[in-house]
Formats: sequence, C-alpha cells, structure tokens
Amino acid sequence: MPPESQEDMGQLTYAQLIFSAQAVTRTRAFFWLVSLLLASLIWFISVHLSDREDAKLQYGLLIFGAAVSVLLQEAFRFAYFKLLKKADEGLATISEDGRSPISLRQMAYVSGLSFGIISGVFSVINILADSIGPGIVGIHGDSPYYFITSAFLTMALVLLHTFWGVIFFDACEKRRYWCLGLVVASHLLTSGLTFLNPWYEASLVPIFIITLCTGLWAFVTAGGSYRNVLKCLSCKGDAGQGGVYNGEGALVLFWWVSVPF
Amino acid sequence: MITFMNNSDSEEEPCNERTSLMSAESPPVPSYQDGLQASEAGEAQAHRKRRTGSSRSPNNIADGDTSDSGVPVRESALENEEEELTLKYGAKHVIMLFVPVTLCMIVVVATIKSVRFYTEKNGQLIYTPFSEDTPSVGQRLLNSVLNTIIMISVIVVMTVFLVLLYKYRCYKFIHGWLILSSLMLLFLFTYIYLGEVLKTYNVAMDYPTLFLVIWNFGAVGMICIHWKGPLQLQQAYLIMISALMALVFIKYLPEWSAWVILGAISIYDLMAVLCPKGPLRMLVETAQERNEPIFPALIYSSAMMWTVGMAKPDTAARGPSQQTWDAAEDGRENHRSPLHADSQMSETRSPVPTRPITSFEELEEEERGVKLGLGDFIFYSVLVGKAAATASGALYVSGLLTISPFLFSSLWQGLCLTLLLLAVFKKALPALPISITFGLVFYFSTDNLVRPFMDTLAFHQLYI
Repeated sequence: MPPESQEDMGQLTYAQLIFSAQAVTRTRAFFWLVSLLLASLIWFISVHLSDREDAKLQYGLLIFGAAVSVLLQEAFRFAYFKLLKKADEGLATISEDGRSPISLRQMAYVSGLSFGIISGVFSVINILADSIGPGIVGIHGDSPYYFITSAFLTMALVLLHTFWGVIFFDACEKRRYWCLGLVVASHLLTSGLTFLNPWYEASLVPIFIITLCTGLWAFVTAGGSYRNVLKCLSCKGDAGQGGVYNGEGALVLFWWVSVPF
Repeated sequence: MITFMNNSDSEEEPCNERTSLMSAESPPVPSYQDGLQASEAGEAQAHRKRRTGSSRSPNNIADGDTSDSGVPVRESALENEEEELTLKYGAKHVIMLFVPVTLCMIVVVATIKSVRFYTEKNGQLIYTPFSEDTPSVGQRLLNSVLNTIIMISVIVVMTVFLVLLYKYRCYKFIHGWLILSSLMLLFLFTYIYLGEVLKTYNVAMDYPTLFLVIWNFGAVGMICIHWKGPLQLQQAYLIMISALMALVFIKYLPEWSAWVILGAISIYDLMAVLCPKGPLRMLVETAQERNEPIFPALIYSSAMMWTVGMAKPDTAARGPSQQTWDAAEDGRENHRSPLHADSQMSETRSPVPTRPITSFEELEEEERGVKLGLGDFIFYSVLVGKAAATASGALYVSGLLTISPFLFSSLWQGLCLTLLLLAVFKKALPALPISITFGLVFYFSTDNLVRPFMDTLAFHQLYI
C-alpha cells in the first residue's frame, strides 16, 4: 500500500535515512576489507601474469601490491567519509533543529579505530594462531623477536589508523588537502618502513616516532590542548580529550561498543 | 529468521495503544490513520534493528509500534532523543544477537580445530547419497548439485508435512516429534561429542561418571528448553545444541555439497518466507488466523517475553515467527539426523504459558528483545566451521565470516525497510539469504585472493 500522505513520505524518508545511517556506520570495517580484497586481486593478477621464478620481481610486485593497498585504503576511507557526510546532511535536514544526531568528530574517531582494528586483526591473527602451536621462532636464521615485534607493529598500526581517521576527516571537512596528502604520505612511509624488517631499529623506532607525532597532531586537530588535558585530569567539567567526545555519555558508551563494526 | 520481540504493554492495555495513536494526531507529528500505522510502525521499526514478526491481530500493529508510541514521537523537540534511542537500540540489538551467534561459531571453530573426529570423512547422510570421490570435476559438481536437490526437496517435503499437521491440528504429534528430537540431540549427540573430546585430550572417564554427567546435562536441558528455566541457561543450551547440530552437518556433508546446500538453503529461506504460497508463510498466516502460538519455537530470544496474558497479540506475534522458523528447522532437522529420520531437532519450544511465570520480574527490565531462529545460528556456524575445516582455512577467514553476517544484516535491513514501510502488515523476515550470500562470496574471495597476499606479506613481516 503506497504511502498515503505527505507526512507519510516524510516518515518514510526519515526512517530510511536513519537506517541508511545505521547501515553506513555498521559497515565501516567492510570498507577496509573491500579495499584489501581489491588490492589482493591486483597483486594476484600481477603475480600470475609475471614470471614466478624471479624472486626479485616477486618482491618488487609485493612492494607494488602493498603500495596499491595503502592507496586503496585511503581511497576507501575517503569514500566512507563521503557516504557519512551524505547521511549526516540528510539527517540534519530531516531533523527538527537542523542538527544531525551523529557527531562527525565521533565518527572520525570511530571509523579510524574500526579501520585500525580490522587491519590489526588481519595482520596479527594468523601469527597469533601459529604462536600457539609447537615451534621455534627463527630456527632458520630469521629474527627470534618476530612475535614481539609483530605485536608492537600491529599496535602502532592500530593507533596510527585511529589518528589518521581523525585527521583525515577533519582535513576533508575543512578542505585542507595538504593534510590529506600528508596522511597518505605518512601511511606510505609507515608501510615502507616495515620493508626494513628485520632490521628493527630502523623500522620500529621510526614507526613509533611517527605514531607519537601523528597522535599529537590528531589531538590538536580534534581540539585538544594542554588546558583540556589538565581539566580532564582534575575531573572538572566534561571536557574530554581534545573534545573528541562531548557530554553525551551514553551515546559515547554505545559507540564504543559498536566500534569494531 | 529474525523477528523482533517487544515487551510492550500492548497485550495488557490495548486501549493504551489506541490512545497513544490518537494523541499522536497533533502536528507536527504525523497523524495516525489506519494506513499510517504501517509507516508509523515502520518508523518504530526504524528504531529497532530487527524486524518484527508480529501478527496481524487487530489489537496490535506491531510489537515495535506500541511501545514505541510511548517514545515521544509527538514532540519534535524530543526527536533528537528519539534518534539517539534509535541508534542506541540499534546497536544494542546487534550486540544482543552478536554475542550468542559468535559464541556458537567460536565453539564450532574450536571443536573443528581441535577434535579431529569432525573433519574425518566417515560416510554420508542418506540424504546426500552421491559421493564426491569422483575423478572428474564435472562429475563431482553434478553429484553435489544432485545432493543439494535431494536435501532441499526433503526439507520442502518435511516443511509441507509440518504445515499440514499444523493445519489439521495434530498438536500432540508435533509436540511428540519435537520432544523426541530434542531428546536425541541432548543425549545422543552430546554423548558422541563428549566421547570425541575426551578421546582427543586422552582423558579417561568411567561409565558411571559419564552417565551422571550426560543424564544431568540432558535432563536439565530438556527442562530448560521445553519448560521453565533461567534465561541465561536456556540461551546457553540453545547455543550448545546449535553448535552440535552444525558440527554434525560439517562432518556428514561432503565438501562441495555443503557449499551448494548453503546457497540453496538461503534461496529456499527467502522463497519460503516471502512467497505467497510458501510453506512457512502459510504456517505464519494460519497461526495468525488462529491467533495462537502453536510451536514454542526453537528460537533464541535475548529477552523474555510478556506472555502473561497468553491470548495476547504478543504471543501471537511470537508464534508466527517461531513457527516460520520452526517449520524450516523441522524440515532441515529431519535430514540432519544421520540415524533416524523421525526425530526432529530440538526445536523445543517451551509451552508458552509456562514461560512467563518465571520471568515476570525480568520482563520489567528487558525493554526490547530480539529473536533469531536457531536455523540461522546453525547455518552461520556451518559456514564458519566449513571454512575452518578446510585445510587452507586461515583463522582470519573464519573470523571474517563470523563478523560478516552482522555487518551485512544491516544492509539487508536497510533494503528491507522500504518494503516494510510500504507493507500494511509486518512479517518475519528471513535472516539467512543476504548474510549467507555475502559470507560465501567473502569466503571464496578471501580464501583465494586475500590469503596468499596476506601470507606473503606476513612472511616478510610487511604491514599495509
């Protein structure tokens, strides 16, 4: 039965918007997965089209595949941002006071975190599964610190994704494209540094430095400042860290819970 | 099948619903007319993640509706709060269903990875007579398709049989059937499972202890599922039997047949629930006409229901969804049993009247609950378990499949919402199709494309 009145249509659109917003927010992790899928498809094709025996070529193709994957991830992050913006605008127009119920800042943080978590999961879960089984690390001459460095690298990557998410969304909002370029460049740099493994001094240390710097940058971007931190520590008011979350405590809590998706 | 269960006051105070409907006529709130109830309900549904399987009883528009009319839709100023509630409850329901299904999948994957019994090929069910040990690929494909056809037709026949039984009011027969099947599941399959686990870990157990353990487990399970019991215990039992069933499927279905059957089941689910002459839908409609919940379903519910007033729309609402799922389950169940065709899976539904008494107090706290048919649990777990069982099943493939139904269910709901809004009545919707489709797509693509890529990257300890 078709909608019977104008208000009917309004309700329909409203409900549709709510649902599409929910759908968008719930499929965060899949954006990353689709980017991974496309990148691996490209790598797979390139490997099959090339000479399998040539180790150097294969390594080069791997580097190429990794670079493509990084670029695709950022592209999908941008796509997610666009989608979110659309849903946000739609909700804002429908809602009575022109303000949409979802806060873009929160969404930036959450989207970064979910990208990070799913990327971390994919990177580390096989290693974790293998670490249960019997075996000796590095018996063939590789580094015996494989597991611990993997753990630290994954942690750094998860944090980096979160920070990049915040910076990225903010840069897109304010149309500061040099920030975007910097984010992409730092992602490429981080990924490139991991190619220096197992020379861990050259890869782990710079990556952690990058993580710290990006963290500070994200903190400042999100509106944080020294005073905010002091206020937060002295438990005065509801100034959260860098204004990433505002006073809507319950909403924040449930966003935390729904974060991995 | 996903249904939305709502502890609304609708049963007890039908007039409340009316008054709330009427008072909502003032602008700017959309006025409540009869035709608008659907969209209002739709909007109410917008606040829930799951669709409701409510009946068409005149007192009740939708489970979701009534309590939602309590939500201040009337005031535009309160819309923000409402939106927050929407998002809040949407997330809450994902969690409520995510945890049990994930638990089931984790149990299945853990068992598959550790107990070798379930990955050994020890024959096949009689429902999949064609062997897959053929030399050529084409022959193998043909055999798996034939197996699927046989399996699905058995399911259809059993479902139709169940519908007929229901139509002609052979309730005793159905009850007996269900009790028999749950008996078999709780005792026999658990015994086999326990035996295999003990064998794997080389733990000795004497028969008296074994008897004691199995007897207690089974007896408590029967009571919890068919009669009264604490909600958490009942949920735990439902999860356990779903996992057991999924393990049986994984063991006895040959490789390719399993994948084709999964695909076919989701298509069947879609058709059986949505087509006008589909058996499940007929079951639902018959139950609605009679305004009674016939089968206490083997449906996992995250909250207890307001079934106090028995003859109330709530129970009627619960009934159809249960039945719909039920019939499908019953159908599938029959084949699953490798031993006796007669026994049904424990689609035990506790007789509805007994349930509310124990859970009266709990109802006050539970605001809105969600229900998911156990068949959905089982087939998701089969998907994930098969992925884990195949030799190249990397862990994240299984993990990915664990998350995928939930991620895509939101897409599915988004797609369905328009349908729902335009429909006058709400109905239970199949949960399988989109989730399984995406699960399958992702499984095959991840296994063949992503896994080599990630493995090579991990080998060099590269991160992307």
